Amino acid sequence: MESILGVHEAALLHRAKRMEVLAANLANADTPNFLARDLDFATLLDERFAGARTLKSTDPEHIGSVTFAARDRLLYRVPHQPAQDGNTVEADLELARYAENAVSYQASLLFATGRISTLRTALTGGR
Amino acid sequence: MSFSTFDIAGSALSAQSLRLNLTASNLANMHNVAGDAAAVYRARHAVFQAASDPFGSALAGVNVLGVVASDAPPIERYDPGNPQANEQGLVYASSVNAMEEMANMISASRSYQSSLEVIDTAKQLMLRTLSLGQG
Repeated sequence: MESILGVHEAALLHRAKRMEVLAANLANADTPNFLARDLDFATLLDERFAGARTLKSTDPEHIGSVTFAARDRLLYRVPHQPAQDGNTVEADLELARYAENAVSYQASLLFATGRISTLRTALTGGR
Repeated sequence: MSFSTFDIAGSALSAQSLRLNLTASNLANMHNVAGDAAAVYRARHAVFQAASDPFGSALAGVNVLGVVASDAPPIERYDPGNPQANEQGLVYASSVNAMEEMANMISASRSYQSSLEVIDTAKQLMLRTLSLGQG
């Protein structure tokens, strides 16, 4: 299925995960000492294409190369205005990011739907 | 997409509505007096904590750790005409801070609204995902 939906499947999964992270930030907007977190899209891409960047070994005795995906994907947010109670959630910004993420999710969904309808056209011959 | 967005935002809804209820209770009892300093109404506030999830991921809803009563001393007032007054003619008024409570109320209602928005958006996205590839 992955070859049909291409990168959009991974993008959808990433956006869904990010939605949970942002929802958790918003839920804890009033929790003392809560540190806001976020997923980094670039590290996700690194992980996704890490396989393509590993060195090819021609002999089983070769030492495997290190992949580029060693970094933690869930990072901590640096607040613009730190709060006295140690909370780093900025609710308005989080809400804006949440909306942006939702739009990106819908875009990925649209691309995935496009792929499926392409396939359907191919299967039915456009009838 | 998993359902945990709903759980997370739902925990925030319940925590914020508890906070709103406590604010309502504090404001309603703001003018209570008692003849005894220990019997007077004390402002109550909720203590929030990030709920750790059993699967060890960093995603967490919010947990109400407990409700604490304020230890601000009650206001002593000389009011011998009051039926609640003690032998010295003193009554003790609750030390609820109306300004603080109003600010708390606005903060709670805004957080409640943003969690509702989160749920609404998540629901729309999930419904669209369910109809993926149709039509």
